[in-house]
Amino acid sequence: MRAKLAIALVLLVGTVSGASAAQPILIKNANILTVSHGRIENGAILIRDGKIAAVGLTVDAPSDAQVIDAGGQWVMPGIIDPHSHINADATNEGAISVSSMTRTCEVINPESIALYRELAGGVTTADIIHGSANPIGGQDCVLKFRWGKTAKELMFEGAKPGLKFALGENPKRAGTPSGYGQTTTPLRYPGSRMGVEDVIRQAFTEARQYQKDWDEYKRKGAAVAPRRDVKLEPLAEVLRGERYAYVHGYRADELLMTLKLADEFGFKIRFFIHGLEAYKIANEIAAHGAGVSTFSDWWAYKVEAWDAIPYNAAILAKKGVLVSLNSDDAELARHLNQEAAKLLKYGNFTDDEALATITLNPAKQLGIDQRVGSIEVGKDADLAIFDQHPLSNYAKVSKVFIDGQVYFDREQDLKQREAKAKEIQELKDKERKAAERRPPAAEKAAPQTTTPPTGRKKRPPESTEEVIR
Amino acid sequence: MTRRICLLLSAFCLLPSAFAAEKAVAKKQVATDQPLILRGATVHTVSGKDLPNTSVLIKNGKIEALGQTLRVAGAREIDVRGLHVYPGLINAATTIGLTEISAVRETSDTSDLGDYNPQLRAYSVINPASEHIPVVRANGITTVLSSPSGGVISGQAALINLAGWTIDEMAVRKSVGMVIRFPSMTQRLGRGGGIELLMMMQEGRTGGFSEAQRTYARRVAELREWLDKARHYAQARAAETPDVKRDLKLEALVPLVKGEQPALMTVSAARDIRNALEFADKEKIKVVLIDPDDAWKEAELLKKKDIPVILGPTLSLPRNEDDPYDLPYSQPAMLYKAGVKFAISTGGVQFARNLPYQAAQAAAFGLPKDEALKAVTLYPAQIFGVKELGSIEPGKTANLIVTDGDPLESRTQVKRLIINGREVSTDNKHKQLYEKYIARP
Repeated sequence: MRAKLAIALVLLVGTVSGASAAQPILIKNANILTVSHGRIENGAILIRDGKIAAVGLTVDAPSDAQVIDAGGQWVMPGIIDPHSHINADATNEGAISVSSMTRTCEVINPESIALYRELAGGVTTADIIHGSANPIGGQDCVLKFRWGKTAKELMFEGAKPGLKFALGENPKRAGTPSGYGQTTTPLRYPGSRMGVEDVIRQAFTEARQYQKDWDEYKRKGAAVAPRRDVKLEPLAEVLRGERYAYVHGYRADELLMTLKLADEFGFKIRFFIHGLEAYKIANEIAAHGAGVSTFSDWWAYKVEAWDAIPYNAAILAKKGVLVSLNSDDAELARHLNQEAAKLLKYGNFTDDEALATITLNPAKQLGIDQRVGSIEVGKDADLAIFDQHPLSNYAKVSKVFIDGQVYFDREQDLKQREAKAKEIQELKDKERKAAERRPPAAEKAAPQTTTPPTGRKKRPPESTEEVIR
Repeated sequence: MTRRICLLLSAFCLLPSAFAAEKAVAKKQVATDQPLILRGATVHTVSGKDLPNTSVLIKNGKIEALGQTLRVAGAREIDVRGLHVYPGLINAATTIGLTEISAVRETSDTSDLGDYNPQLRAYSVINPASEHIPVVRANGITTVLSSPSGGVISGQAALINLAGWTIDEMAVRKSVGMVIRFPSMTQRLGRGGGIELLMMMQEGRTGGFSEAQRTYARRVAELREWLDKARHYAQARAAETPDVKRDLKLEALVPLVKGEQPALMTVSAARDIRNALEFADKEKIKVVLIDPDDAWKEAELLKKKDIPVILGPTLSLPRNEDDPYDLPYSQPAMLYKAGVKFAISTGGVQFARNLPYQAAQAAAFGLPKDEALKAVTLYPAQIFGVKELGSIEPGKTANLIVTDGDPLESRTQVKRLIINGREVSTDNKHKQLYEKYIARP
């Protein structure tokens, strides 16, 4: 039932897209926040073949262009969330410490409503990554939020793959669970930060040997090729610089430990995820060339978040570290523009610097900035239109474009609610009728002590709610 | 002197002349009792109009007068021209002072063993040295409800100001209501469902709807019994019946059954809201609903019964997959249109400082801006029956914030904090760590 309903909704919302891909689109009367080239007041954007063809105070538009009058609204690049877990049917493979063979792209559920809800917050791209249960997690999956399309069609074409690593409390947990000593749950190494370092070093030691074996095989052309190892292969790719390393970690000491580990094996950490204490070692992170993707102001929810400060981004940016904000959360992702606005308060970012932390900077961290992240000619027409300046907390998204197609339109969404409500009612009615025809189940035949003592009459029809969920 | 101010400000000056400045001048002043004038800001009274270029006179912890030409001998003056003065924001549901690091059991005192604990008081254990207090107030929040959350009857919530060396300097009301997690018939296994399932299996429960009904019926009967016992206890104590022993649990329930204090009832689904209100009607107890996700579905009923509501965070996910994406965003506007009285809160500690942004999001989705501000100032004060807070009016407690703009916008800086008439530092752990590490060579 749930799946049926979801599919019905997908079809309903999928019809939002207006113009055909071939027809050029002109967005005029827009306040354009390019992020890379400042603000253009009352300007225009021409979209052709899904790309930004022109942007400026005025642009030459062909006569057949579909014209969208933004009416003084604000256009910014689609928001990019470099750390998300939405629409993945599984987040963690927690039974082993090194799960580098797991692939998030293979468990993408394109129908999860989380994606549409984030789209409605202006998000157009996100990196869906493995959880943080293991020192070495899994392979990531960069998605464009083409709501209504198949899992394969959501995937960001040509995005360089990444591998998730995790430090600190989360990977330790399976080795030292709460109730440690009383529990009979089998323990899994590591249970300390020392063990986390060991697991990662051990894995890269093996991967280096694996790479060496292959190099030798290719050079010498031995009769038998080394056995393919799906666990070590992604690590070898990291060593070869063909796969990014994304490291989840909080405390400065463990971030520094991992920087040194990366130096030891000669690879680069692309960026730290969370990095809530990264501000303490901003110099070292800048020297390594790693970025940081952090929260605006999360803190105190666990011990390793105790020294988290909302000025983290400000200190890192000042010391030359590329900083982005991320959500890690289906709710937070719906207002990343507001998270960026907090940087105006905590550290006096300029509007452009703040907006860059949710657009251009995450695009650079994910290596997709040639395609997305700013409003520039030649880039994908991934745009979010807000009714007010997106750094105002009173702003809301009115339209979202991906590849020049409208994937979210608030007006359409509002219009479709009535039809949606009708459809849901019809499904409920149908279910109710079916339930009435069915003989009472054992559960239903329970003794009649079930009447609520409030004296209110039992309302069996309402129980359809439980049937659907 | 007072008379002169009154003449200048006849519209505002409601204080008796006995509150004379001469007395203050004659008496050797201790620094903290020195009158304070915030000079020349735009004063956002909330209860009335915005007053441009207006000064606020603060004395003995209270707002004494508003006016353009206030002069008081010996007063400390703060030039706030070009800035804005608002009443301190009130966060109507938090666990501040009860929780420090939510993941660490040792730092959390929000709940205890047992389902019926009316005698537990947040007031007694709120930690005035909590690192959260300076962090939260630095964002303009001067008063919070700090609330227990366990079992069915969780205990008593305290309304506290976010400044003071001891809880008694902080407490606005030691106990402002009895927190009751009204039994729910809605069974949901969200995150952590595994543990819940395991417990169900161990207890031989099936988790079906009829079982939810049975559990519900049992809990409601228990709750009713507690209230019945409390009523009898109150009668017996009033009649000074000699053989009635003191019972701390029942004693704690007396203000509730006498209608002197509301039940702060946490409910979520529409069905639970209806059940809770029906229960309250029968038991003749006052109710404030806490974080009712489905309040919009029962707005008419809430209006008819005049039930105030403390909404949870606006920035949250819809409960159901097929709900409109903006349901939690637009719920405040729906309640406003239905005429329901509500405050907006954050819950917890970690996000308590972001209260103003919860209100702003409601305004983005249809709630008038002035109503959004009231939902975090005047309305929570009214809901808790605290007349001295929530707006800038002579006679009210001087809980004020000075900002460089609209406090509901993230870019706005809170420049100064006045709590109980005293200036309080905006410094905190976060600013200190910033200063320390930005200075690292």
